Amino acid sequence: MSMLLEVEDLRTQFDTSAGVVRAVDGICYTVNEGETVGIVGESGCGKSVGALSILRLIPAPPGRIASGSIRFSGRNLLTLGDAEIREVRGHQIAMVFQEPMTSLNPVLTIGLQLCETMELHLKLSPAQAQARAIELLDLVGISEPARRLQQYPHHLSGGMRQRVMIALALSCKPKLIIADEPTTALDVTIQAQILELMKDLTKRFGVALVIITHNLGVVARYADRVNVMYAGKIVESGTASDIYHRPVHPYTLGLLLSIPRMDRPRGERLIPIGGQPPDLTREIEGCAYRPRCSFAVERCARETPPLEAVASGHASACFEKARLERLLKKAS
Amino acid sequence: MSAVAGATVRLATSRAAQAEQPLVEVRNLKMHFTVAGGVFSRAKAAQIKAVDDVSFTIARGETLGLVGESGCGKTTTGRCILRLEQPTSGEIIFEGQNLCNLERKALNEKRERMQVIFQDPYSSLNPRMKVGAIIGEPMMVHGIHPKRSERVQRVAELLSVCGLNPKFMDRYPHEMSGGQRQRVGIARALSLNPNFIICDEAVSALDVSIQAQVINLLEDLREQFKLSYLFIAHDLSVVRHLCHRVAVMYLGRLVELAASDELFSNPLHPYTQALLEAVPIPDPDIEKRRAHHGMKGEVPSPINPPSGCVFHPRCPLAVGSCRQEVPELRELKPGHWVSCPRV
Repeated sequence: MSMLLEVEDLRTQFDTSAGVVRAVDGICYTVNEGETVGIVGESGCGKSVGALSILRLIPAPPGRIASGSIRFSGRNLLTLGDAEIREVRGHQIAMVFQEPMTSLNPVLTIGLQLCETMELHLKLSPAQAQARAIELLDLVGISEPARRLQQYPHHLSGGMRQRVMIALALSCKPKLIIADEPTTALDVTIQAQILELMKDLTKRFGVALVIITHNLGVVARYADRVNVMYAGKIVESGTASDIYHRPVHPYTLGLLLSIPRMDRPRGERLIPIGGQPPDLTREIEGCAYRPRCSFAVERCARETPPLEAVASGHASACFEKARLERLLKKAS
Repeated sequence: MSAVAGATVRLATSRAAQAEQPLVEVRNLKMHFTVAGGVFSRAKAAQIKAVDDVSFTIARGETLGLVGESGCGKTTTGRCILRLEQPTSGEIIFEGQNLCNLERKALNEKRERMQVIFQDPYSSLNPRMKVGAIIGEPMMVHGIHPKRSERVQRVAELLSVCGLNPKFMDRYPHEMSGGQRQRVGIARALSLNPNFIICDEAVSALDVSIQAQVINLLEDLREQFKLSYLFIAHDLSVVRHLCHRVAVMYLGRLVELAASDELFSNPLHPYTQALLEAVPIPDPDIEKRRAHHGMKGEVPSPINPPSGCVFHPRCPLAVGSCRQEVPELRELKPGHWVSCPRV
């Protein structure tokens, strides 16, 4: 498998009246061709900003990408000109957003929105674009596709709109789709339909998928590899099996212990993570998770732990990872 | 029979009688809304059957989960119990009294005993009131602790019960995080010493690590104050964790009702089965082994619901008769009710 996307030391900051918010603070990760990478974390951890930075969709000002590089098929996206990045957006990298209500233009028909991108990027004639639009709507499971082209987003339900978004994302045969909380606004049975659809289609067309979510279940079901984010940093990365069965960062472990599970009987007590996530407007000295961490040692207050490998493909940003690993091994 | 055995039997029967009288009993509840056809439309006003013939009970100290997808009527059911809506028909028996025909004054007295915690900790607290005033207001309304000093002391007590520093009394909601605000909402619900609380998506808006804190708090309070909850939620993992029994709703109707462990290990209604299958479990190995068939279609519009069994267009078991006959809820096993004639 060859590498498709390589994010290196990405830092995205926002200038606010309260100070500089370091929303993304030096993240590194890669996405290989055709694989599904999950990015998990709680609200405000920088997972969405990180994804928007890839396509340079950060509103500037107040936002800015302070440093780093994003290599996609050999090109650094951060140094491209405006025309070049527009070529990448929607064509080579497509995005599916959380809110299917707001991410489609309410005053344009579904057909117009689908055809516009294809005429622009694929240089199709209007008739060709229309034919392909019908094909795409059929592919994402929308009934009577020809009639739907004439309809407006408000004619469709939330699940249907998200299907249109997926059709739109696939329309220009991208190599990578970034899905930012694609199913959070949807009901659980519709969520399952949409995620299955995305998995099938990305497999079929060999498209890589970055799926950003706070739902650890969704990641477990669909992701090959997982990055866990906390306070603007990736604190652990590994295969789905590594993350769920052999976590080596106290935050990952904390998350896993704090979620109720449908396959566990009633009455098992949850072990919550105490305290609150940090205020990102303040400069954080040492490890950002330290105040909530039960493994913290004195060194954590002074130095920021780097993301270091513990095994092939499995890395953790924790000084005490060896101790945590030993403890978990003993417990199992 | 020996005297001791006789006494035991008598004790057991009186206990059983007590247990038989539930704290809340909802009987054949119907809540139909009329929607106008629009200003220029000649269409007749349509009826939405938000809740259609729903019956269940909640015992003292019990948590009943009410689950279903958006628009299935779970919130409306909760609002009817509090009589924030006047039900179209049906009875709501709370502590032995039917709330549906109570006068305002008598109803307000009953309302002291039942409270609600809402989903959104941002919009459910008045941004212009300090936390102390928010929690103290119900007490003022109901004339409990008329002395200010007593009330302040009670507010401090409630805050610490909910895991907040009593100093928060002098803060405004915007100075607090989502998790802290939800604790304020819980403290307000507790302020009148209720024995029944409706939690309407009370933990849905919270982040995972904060959600666990609030779930544990709700469990502790249930033990400490012998509370009964109606726990309305769409997150089945949370419901499994918290609830003794679970009721599943679909398009205004109850489709299945059973003890939590029974429902999750042995779901009988095809809708419940599809619902459980759709919930991902945070373990990649388990997920690899699970079947993901997915359920076809979407929830139909409540304005024009399908005839017969409302679930039949999406149901894998549906036969011709499902289009005509509205299925009755029947008890297949002790305590396990299903409204499907095909299981």
